[in-house]
Amino acid sequence: MRVTVQFFARLRELAGCSSWTCEIADGATVADVWQAAEQQFPAIAAMAGRVSCAVNADFGRMNAVVHDGDEVAFLPPVSGGSATERD
Amino acid sequence: MSALLAISSAPLALEPLVTALEERQQARGEGCGAICTFLGVVRRTHQGREVRHLDYEAHEALALRAFGIIADEAADAWPDTLLAIHHRIGRIEIGEASVVVAAASAHRDASFRACRYAIERVKQIAPIWKHEFFADGAAWVEGPVADPADETLRREAMERACA
Repeated sequence: MRVTVQFFARLRELAGCSSWTCEIADGATVADVWQAAEQQFPAIAAMAGRVSCAVNADFGRMNAVVHDGDEVAFLPPVSGGSATERD
Repeated sequence: MSALLAISSAPLALEPLVTALEERQQARGEGCGAICTFLGVVRRTHQGREVRHLDYEAHEALALRAFGIIADEAADAWPDTLLAIHHRIGRIEIGEASVVVAAASAHRDASFRACRYAIERVKQIAPIWKHEFFADGAAWVEGPVADPADETLRREAMERACA
């Protein structure tokens, strides 16, 4: 099956593109899609463990099963301000 | 009616949010006793470095979904409170607003708290990224991993709102 992968912000820069069509086996999870993306774009591995995800424009979980035609977005940490400095 | 929740590359203003809230509260029959507003404005310096401008990027559909989640959370915590959240994306200059939040309630206590809660939550879970451009380079500002189900983050926002 095919899913569309979207990269944002620093992930987009590391991947060198904002969107990628991923061929993956039926039953694959979002985490499997991430693994495939890492194979294709090794630079994104720098952010492994610090990304969240969305499936079809709704918040998702890495263990969710994806389906043919799904749009999977990987989200770097957001701009949320730290404990030492907040906007 | 004006939109309560929006992502836009156009400059932001407070008035459309206040109008949107008033229209809806009046449609409910009560009107609102208090509207509290917040503008996030681009600063000239970040950690001692001079900022030239910012560039915001969003997953727009998901960001609107996040704003909706935040509005629902606020309505659960402070009944009859309505939120409006507009976030700007693209290039934003020093002194311009990047985000505007307004909260309407029957009484001021709820509107102040809901307004603070909303901006804290926007920064925690909205898929919006800030790219800072300096005289000598650029950097992405990265905070928490965006996850609406993260209860620790949510509690933190509530504590700040009620401090």
